[in-house]
Amino acid sequence: MPALLELICPAGSLPALKAAVDNGADGVYLGLKDNTNARNFSGLNFDAKSLAEGIRYAHGKKVKVLMALNTYPQPATLARWHQAVDTAATSGIDAIILADPGLMAYARKNHPNLRLHLSVQGSATSYEAVNFYRERFGIQRAVLPRVLSLPQVENVVKHTDVEIELFGFGGLCVMVEGRCLLSSYACGDSPNTFGACSPGHAVRWQQTPKGMETRLNGVLIDRYADNEKAGYPTLCKGRFDVQGETYYALEEPTSLNSMEMLPEMARLGIAAIKIEGRQRSPAYVAQVTQVWRAAIDAVKKDQAAFKPNPAWMAQLNKVSEGSMHTLGAYYRPWK
Amino acid sequence: MNLPNFPKPLARLVATLPSWPASRAFVAAGNLVAWPSLRELDWSHIAGRRFRVQVSDLGLNLYFSVHANGFRALRNGLADVTFTATAQDFARLALRLEDPDTLFFNRRLLIEGDTDLGLMVKNMLDAVELETAAAGMPVGMGRVVMKLRQLALH
Ligand code: SF4
Repeated sequence: MPALLELICPAGSLPALKAAVDNGADGVYLGLKDNTNARNFSGLNFDAKSLAEGIRYAHGKKVKVLMALNTYPQPATLARWHQAVDTAATSGIDAIILADPGLMAYARKNHPNLRLHLSVQGSATSYEAVNFYRERFGIQRAVLPRVLSLPQVENVVKHTDVEIELFGFGGLCVMVEGRCLLSSYACGDSPNTFGACSPGHAVRWQQTPKGMETRLNGVLIDRYADNEKAGYPTLCKGRFDVQGETYYALEEPTSLNSMEMLPEMARLGIAAIKIEGRQRSPAYVAQVTQVWRAAIDAVKKDQAAFKPNPAWMAQLNKVSEGSMHTLGAYYRPWK
Repeated sequence: MNLPNFPKPLARLVATLPSWPASRAFVAAGNLVAWPSLRELDWSHIAGRRFRVQVSDLGLNLYFSVHANGFRALRNGLADVTFTATAQDFARLALRLEDPDTLFFNRRLLIEGDTDLGLMVKNMLDAVELETAAAGMPVGMGRVVMKLRQLALH
């Protein structure tokens, strides 16, 4: 039977992985402790020991382990990415999530049995793009960027036999995934090669008499009054002075929550739902996994009657950036 | 159930404590309770960096650094990174009941100074398994910690 609405949850540490497994994830995704993945934050991610233990724990409970290798290798350090692919293949990882075609070719050639997923960072938004990766590199699943409306997703699904994975919940990028230059502009490091947007070394928070200030490499990107919710220190979610008016000029701090579209996603045969947040704590992973497990089970039981439970939505809003949510591009009347 | 708030009169009393003895008491407790499960971590990038934990509702400031053999209290009131939250929120963080990013979004946790250092410590602590940590605590303590967490979760 083809996969349907598998719940794929983030793990930035072993306790987070266990929290995902214990709370009902069908799969977890993780990265190594270096810039081979797009959550390269200090102290986060897996080394050889925690990786082995994580795989053992997840497989013991029949949960898949996916490894994100979704940054773009640079010539001088290419060996690191190749080695990461080899590590995944030999340690029992169920699939690797890639964005770089060169790395796909390497994986295909050296580990033909290793399952390949196309990362959201690959930014494939059309079935032609998805099918290209299928033909050339044999990818078996594609994670679609959060820029498509559901009818556009449907169009992709109809014209490919690659499994489609969609984001269900978590932080939103400004919607040019894999192609954003804002963090590079401010910090000099591209998220696609350095492995992090707005890396910690460039971020400064400071409580001042005017409010809490967030700076990225010295640039003031927001100032919060005491009663205002804060967002991540990314440029896309800053407030800027545009022609004399200060406001969220690009995007408001908010999280994606597509739960109410689950019946539609089930109807389309979406293979998996991804939860964002490898940078977050085991407490977040436990809470969000629990809620989405319940929701997916409810949809599978009775698609027509499904309605997001208000308690679930409140729970998710609580952990959301900006403490609110949006359907993002999935629902929009324009194309 | 929620963890109880710190009683007001007690908070006022604590606020009058000078930070050096408080830091020393905190460090002694930390070395006894938490260090056994933390000593395995790779502290090499952090050794000698100065931390300040500001317990906002108690008006309490704790200054310390971490070394290969444990926590050390600091006297001079300087810090590379400062964490600010209420006693209750610190307790909820320590018990893994609360997600630090969520507290940050809600303005209940502030990290000032060297952000990368702060995030590194946060992530390193997240990677410690609470069960293992509890098992390394002095007799009885670990059980109390796990029990508190259970109570607060339900
Ligand atoms: S600046 Fe915003 S849109 Fe760009 S990579 Fe960072 S989070 Fe994504």
